[in-house]
Amino acid sequence: MSSRGPRLLIWQLGEVAELVPQTPRVSSLVLDVPAWPGHLAGQHVDVRLTADDGYQAQRSYSIASAPEDPHLEITVERLEDGEVSPYLVGEVRKGDKVELRGPIGGYFVWTAGDPRPLLLVAGGSGVVPLMSMIRHREHTGSSNPTRLLYSSRSYEDIIYRDELDRLAAGGDGLTVAHTLTRMQPQGWQGYARRIDADMLSEVGWPKAEMPAVFVCGPTPMVESVASTLVDMGYDPASIKTERFGATGG
Amino acid sequence: MTVTTQQSDLKLDGNAIGGLLREIFTMEMTTAEGTCANCGAVHAVGQVVVYLNAPGAVVRCPSCDHVLMKIVQGRGRYWIDLTGVRVLEFSA
Repeated sequence: MSSRGPRLLIWQLGEVAELVPQTPRVSSLVLDVPAWPGHLAGQHVDVRLTADDGYQAQRSYSIASAPEDPHLEITVERLEDGEVSPYLVGEVRKGDKVELRGPIGGYFVWTAGDPRPLLLVAGGSGVVPLMSMIRHREHTGSSNPTRLLYSSRSYEDIIYRDELDRLAAGGDGLTVAHTLTRMQPQGWQGYARRIDADMLSEVGWPKAEMPAVFVCGPTPMVESVASTLVDMGYDPASIKTERFGATGG
Repeated sequence: MTVTTQQSDLKLDGNAIGGLLREIFTMEMTTAEGTCANCGAVHAVGQVVVYLNAPGAVVRCPSCDHVLMKIVQGRGRYWIDLTGVRVLEFSA
């Protein structure tokens, strides 16, 4: 798919083929979108809900599926006073139709042809676009050295926990490091604090390896990680960030 | 977009207006590069600071915080203030 050239962004209907609960507050919606033009790992869609009285609410959600996957998957965190997410996590049922448009974005994308080692840093549901990259990497048989540093509040809040465990055990160059910032299960071996410079130097690549870096999560976390990496000597041009907008509301 | 009202949480980036800019320019615009009319810094649209809590989108320079763009949409019209952007460059 070319991300360039004029192409009208049209609203279309996707049918919910499957609902996959990920954590107590997060669910994946697997959508069947008949005229889906294809996407790149890291892009998002806009989802629009229309009430009976015509009122519309619209939010952006990152795409979790790889470009190679047969269905389009978005993963949504339920925000109690949100306008869209409480419908998508809790109310929507298999067979329902959801109005969406996309794919959108071209800045925060990764393709498997990029030869640089990859450092992915996620906070909470910021893992979603990075998951699309990890799945894309898996689908294409890439053994590109890739490290994911993923910050969650607690063990139960880790999205894609089993899939990440399985992929990291595959021995094809993907490693996953977790940090749990609020609560840790007994005997927890991973990190137990917010992401800091020490953690980034232990998990990340030496700057001389010139990795491509993608950081996605809540705004304060993204800004702290990006400025820490720049302080550590990483090339600012190699660090791409996406603040939480693509998953909120 | 978020549950809390801390200013830092309302701060997003240019990725959040990718759909809005596609409506207006019909092109993928998060990879377009804008030159700040105030400080001259050049940033990809994906990197710029965006606030959506105003009536419309307010886009600021990540280097000097100067307002680059304001985009308001309503009643079937767009109002786009680009005075803060000296040059907007993107692939044809």
